[in-house]
Amino acid sequence: MQSLILTTTTRLLAALLLMFSVYALLRGHNLPGGGFIGGLIGATAFILYTIATSVDEAQAALRVDPSNLAMAGLGVAALGGIGAGFAGDPFFTGQWLFLFRDGDSYVPLSTVLVFDIGVYMAVFGGILTLVFALEQEI
Amino acid sequence: MADDYPSVDRVMGGPAGWISIAFPTILFLYFLGLLPEIAQGPQVHGIEWVPSLGVNLSVLLDGLSMTFVLLITGIGAAVTLYSARYLGNHPDYPRFVSYLLMFMIGMLGLVLADNLIMLFVFWEITTIASYLLIGFNADNANARRSALQALLVTGTGGLILLAGLIVLGTVAGTFELSQILTMGDMIRAHPWYLAILLLFLAGAFTKSAQVPFHFWLPNAMAAPTPVSAYLHSATMVKAGIFLMARMNPALGGTDAWFWILTLFGGVTAVFASVMAMRQTDIKQVLAYTTLMALGTLTMFIGAGTHYAIMAAMLFLVVHSLYKAALFLMIGIVDHATGTREAAVLGGLSKVMPLTGLAAALAAISMAGIPPMVGFIGKEFMYKAGLGLEGFGAFWVTMMAFAASVMMFAVGGIVALKPFRGDLRPTPKAPHEGPWPMLAGPLVLGALSLIFGLVPGVLGYYLVGPATHAVFGQVLPVELYLWGGINMALILSLLTFLAGWLVYRRHQSIRDRLAAFEARSPIDFDAGWDRLLDGFKAFAAWQTRLIQNGSLQRYMAVMFATFVVMVGGTYLLKGAFQGVPGLSADGVHPVQWTVLGLIVAGAILTVWTHSRMTAIAGMGAAGIGVSLIFIMFSAPDVAITQLLVEVLVVVLVSIVMLRLPYLPRRSKTRFRTGHAVIAGGTGLVTTFLLMSVMATDFDRRLTTFFEVTSYPEAHGRNIVNVILVDFRAMDTFGEIVVVAIAAIAAFALLRGAPRRKPEEES
Repeated sequence: MQSLILTTTTRLLAALLLMFSVYALLRGHNLPGGGFIGGLIGATAFILYTIATSVDEAQAALRVDPSNLAMAGLGVAALGGIGAGFAGDPFFTGQWLFLFRDGDSYVPLSTVLVFDIGVYMAVFGGILTLVFALEQEI
Repeated sequence: MADDYPSVDRVMGGPAGWISIAFPTILFLYFLGLLPEIAQGPQVHGIEWVPSLGVNLSVLLDGLSMTFVLLITGIGAAVTLYSARYLGNHPDYPRFVSYLLMFMIGMLGLVLADNLIMLFVFWEITTIASYLLIGFNADNANARRSALQALLVTGTGGLILLAGLIVLGTVAGTFELSQILTMGDMIRAHPWYLAILLLFLAGAFTKSAQVPFHFWLPNAMAAPTPVSAYLHSATMVKAGIFLMARMNPALGGTDAWFWILTLFGGVTAVFASVMAMRQTDIKQVLAYTTLMALGTLTMFIGAGTHYAIMAAMLFLVVHSLYKAALFLMIGIVDHATGTREAAVLGGLSKVMPLTGLAAALAAISMAGIPPMVGFIGKEFMYKAGLGLEGFGAFWVTMMAFAASVMMFAVGGIVALKPFRGDLRPTPKAPHEGPWPMLAGPLVLGALSLIFGLVPGVLGYYLVGPATHAVFGQVLPVELYLWGGINMALILSLLTFLAGWLVYRRHQSIRDRLAAFEARSPIDFDAGWDRLLDGFKAFAAWQTRLIQNGSLQRYMAVMFATFVVMVGGTYLLKGAFQGVPGLSADGVHPVQWTVLGLIVAGAILTVWTHSRMTAIAGMGAAGIGVSLIFIMFSAPDVAITQLLVEVLVVVLVSIVMLRLPYLPRRSKTRFRTGHAVIAGGTGLVTTFLLMSVMATDFDRRLTTFFEVTSYPEAHGRNIVNVILVDFRAMDTFGEIVVVAIAAIAAFALLRGAPRRKPEEES
């Protein structure tokens, strides 16, 4: 089912959705969003692309195998937990680093963010694995 | 057996062989060096592993664990040396050695563990290694069956033991053995004592093959001979004995302990020694005498006096020495002659003098003839038995006497008969074994003699400290060969007399036992098969019933379970407080609209005859729910719900679009059942929520997260902070589930063979 309108719109929408998914991931700690929601939005972008074009094109656009991405996400999430070990804290204790501190403004970096990125990747990759397989096989 | 595989050219097993020999040898020497230190008192070392659960990697090194460690590494060295020659040219020899080393590590960890959970982990490793080793000849159906049987029996026992460990840890408040062992009085007085005891004994009795769990052990002889010598005689089957000995200060000394252990142990010992007489295969004879030794050890640990514990610890060492030597010896004979049948073998000492010497040394120790250490072992057993009170003294002494008589006769069968008399024809021309295979049995046999001549050394370094560790108090331990003329010596002499008579007539006894066995209705092995068949039939039946592949059936079962369990609990607990006064005041028109959307979606789903419409209807209801979340300010939940609803509609549509169009089935009977389940689910959920609304909301957790979220976790979005920080471990589990579910679905979709195009249309 090829639709010119859908294909054209998707090019724009998918890019926006992907950007928005990263935005949702990063703002998650203070405002609605986070890795899980971000991963779902990101997956939606590619699902849209898959429906508008084909699995092969979506797979080519993604470059990596989504199941690898999901597994890597688990690894990244685990890394986020292991980081605490270097500070002598129990597994998954959040570690924070506040860069460029200037009065009230700073750039917070944390192992919690690493963990959330892992969640993003696992959800994103997991759902795309499923969708690609469904689209291709059924 | 030994030659029916394609031979691979390796010198002493190649690198795998050298590593496997070096590992136990180095450990043996290392622990031997620690011996004088440990003889002075126990040591505890450890590091924390999971401190919040009280699970630590801690080591308790005392006389008991030292004795076991030296047996494991010492006999391990002899067995690996032997295996390098016995199986070194087998194509799978490296695999064999890996299993053997895995077992060795498991066994060492088990006896050295100071933490109950650590003990359990290593306990399971030995079970698994034993399974792999028994099933080493995996193309043999009998070996596979025996391996599975051993795994199931000892594995089930292991799980029961785990329950016991957890209850004991809860009662004692710690999982550290070194602390638990000092709390004996408290544990014995605790109302859960009997439960703990029974759970522990279930683990110990299955592992150490006490009647009625004994049947797996003789079957385990399907393993290659070095494995039988090592696991199923000298070490692993003694893990249960180790457990009982280890727990004696904490659990022992009660009437229940005394009677359970002495009765089961005594029955096992006598039953096994009778069964040993019945066997014709010498390896099977040895298997049953191992069973007898395990029964005897259990009995004496149960008897619990200082003398009894000393006798048990001494017999433990004695038995390991002679039994490992005998197993290795029969392996050589099997290798050289091609048979293990007692009736066929004879006169081998002419061609295999060294094998004969090793067999003789070990068998004399087994028969309990002076000056071997076996004699001392038997003397102390009699002394310990006679030192008990009441019926216990009679029972233990009689059982020990009966077992010893049989031991004497069996010693003759396995070591005298095959080597004396005229050389009989065998399937292969016999020849003397090579030195790596002879070294083990000869050294072990020689040790039986040396320890008999200088028992003081054994007593000071091993038996004494082990007895202290098991008995809990330090009392002097002196071993001697000649204790003067007393009751025990007279019993010993009677043993020799009776044993000789039994040996002289053993062939006719064997025939009668065989005839009796043929008529006996009790067959544990066949019973096991029936039990297993029953289990399989039950599993197949319930799989057909519950998992018939129909998604409709699954959903119906899930929701019906929900209705019955939750609804039932709701009614039984009296949570139903009547319908609370509901009022429509203050419900915003927008909320009415959303409510209308949900209801319309639900009705559409039920009403429509098109699957696609039903899915869209469900999606509409779901979106209505997420709108409600937004209204009650749960944006995170709303976003997630919305996205999931969209994804579900997309995914199901993908599937539906490709499926052939089918009108929905409209059999009335079917739909009524579904309506009942659906209505019930809705009602239970509604009443549940109404009750939740009626109770006061516990704000403790909410307050905690509100207060700590920003100061401690630097985040203002509490939902996200909970997900990624406070409960990060849970989230980690969830994303693992997401990934596994995706991979599983992927495998299902991609793994299914593609249908041919003509079938698809």
